[in-house]
Amino acid sequence: MPRVHDRGGWPTNEPIDRSDHQLMDWERRMDALHGVLGAKGLRTTDEMRRAIESLEPELYESISYYEKWTAALEILLLEKGVLSKEEINQQVASIKGQE
Amino acid sequence: MATDAPVKYRLNELVKVRVASPPGHFRTPTYIQGKTGQIVALCGVFPNPESLAHAGSGTPKQPLYRVEFGQSEVWAEYPGPVKDKILVDIYQHWLEPVETPVEP
Amino acid sequence: MSDQHDDHEPHPGIIEDSGPSEYELRAKAMEDLLVAKGICTREEVQREVDLMDARSPSDGAKIVARAWIDSDYKAMLLADAHTAINELGFHLPNTTPQLDVVENTDTVHHLVVCTLCSCYPRMLLGRPPDWYKSFSYRSRAVVEPRAVMREFGLAIGEEVEVRVLDSTADLRYLVLPKRPEGTENMTEADLAGLVTRDSMIGVTTPRTPEIAAA
Repeated sequence: MPRVHDRGGWPTNEPIDRSDHQLMDWERRMDALHGVLGAKGLRTTDEMRRAIESLEPELYESISYYEKWTAALEILLLEKGVLSKEEINQQVASIKGQE
Repeated sequence: MATDAPVKYRLNELVKVRVASPPGHFRTPTYIQGKTGQIVALCGVFPNPESLAHAGSGTPKQPLYRVEFGQSEVWAEYPGPVKDKILVDIYQHWLEPVETPVEP
Repeated sequence: MSDQHDDHEPHPGIIEDSGPSEYELRAKAMEDLLVAKGICTREEVQREVDLMDARSPSDGAKIVARAWIDSDYKAMLLADAHTAINELGFHLPNTTPQLDVVENTDTVHHLVVCTLCSCYPRMLLGRPPDWYKSFSYRSRAVVEPRAVMREFGLAIGEEVEVRVLDSTADLRYLVLPKRPEGTENMTEADLAGLVTRDSMIGVTTPRTPEIAAA
């Protein structure tokens, strides 16, 4: 039974949606953040893949590509003790408060 | 202490992909497991992603092979011609030798 | 495995149309904190954004065009893509995954996919298109490549061997498409103009001179 990320040959007749969405700024920054942290040795491609693969299947299939990258980055940063969930939650609340 | 697994397979050799579902991260897709293919390139020796994924050392490094399979042998109902191929990059520890049949 | 998910997971934002999703907020929060802790700077992130924005399929197209007109260059490209690419003035960092170039001919047509995630020759072509990362492409490209190509408008004859490459490991693949007919008198720059991103993935072929002129 293949895991949710192991997609080769999964039964589907779904046509391929060829529309391209312009990346939003935050997606560009998340993409870049991974690159920057990777260059600093704080995260590797293999760890990143593993983190994405560990997402619950329903989540993996429902959130967008960069939302997955965001979720994976949080998993890794928490795991490595770089950030805590409380800090992130607090910062999110602070950002919301500013809007 | 060796940090590289010795290269075991040669160009054009037939190999079979192991069937397994280890816990943790691995890069051998399920659809190719159990299939027999032919080595078409030795891609080099690389750190093992299964170890790197958990911040391990990646040793012993594994030879990586480009393995070619007949599509009609991989998929029961492949809709294209028999000549079509699929090539997958597979780490040595996922490959097994194929026994040469003994001629009667 | 999912020890991190004890708390209630942020619900993917289908909520309001205006305003950022929970993930976008967490993304910003993480960057804010990393910057505040001195782990990275805003400038570093911006530089990386700019670097990735600057990469585009037109870089790959120049390499393809050079390979079309210069057979020695083509031979080098097929044997040692990094050296060949750097020779044209592109700077592939030593840390990028290894790139290999595969050639489409009259008898062989290659198609590239990453069924397990979205591996793509980003260091040359920039970020991959959405469809390349989609579940439908990842599922179907390996089992029915000819049907996938037909969706992109390409019908490959039965006499041509279709070879799908699944980028499962540390190698990334770039397709060197077949040079279109009737292009003998075109300049290198005009030839590069025929080469599309999708033709370097293998789902289509390059534009023909007629299409390009239209």
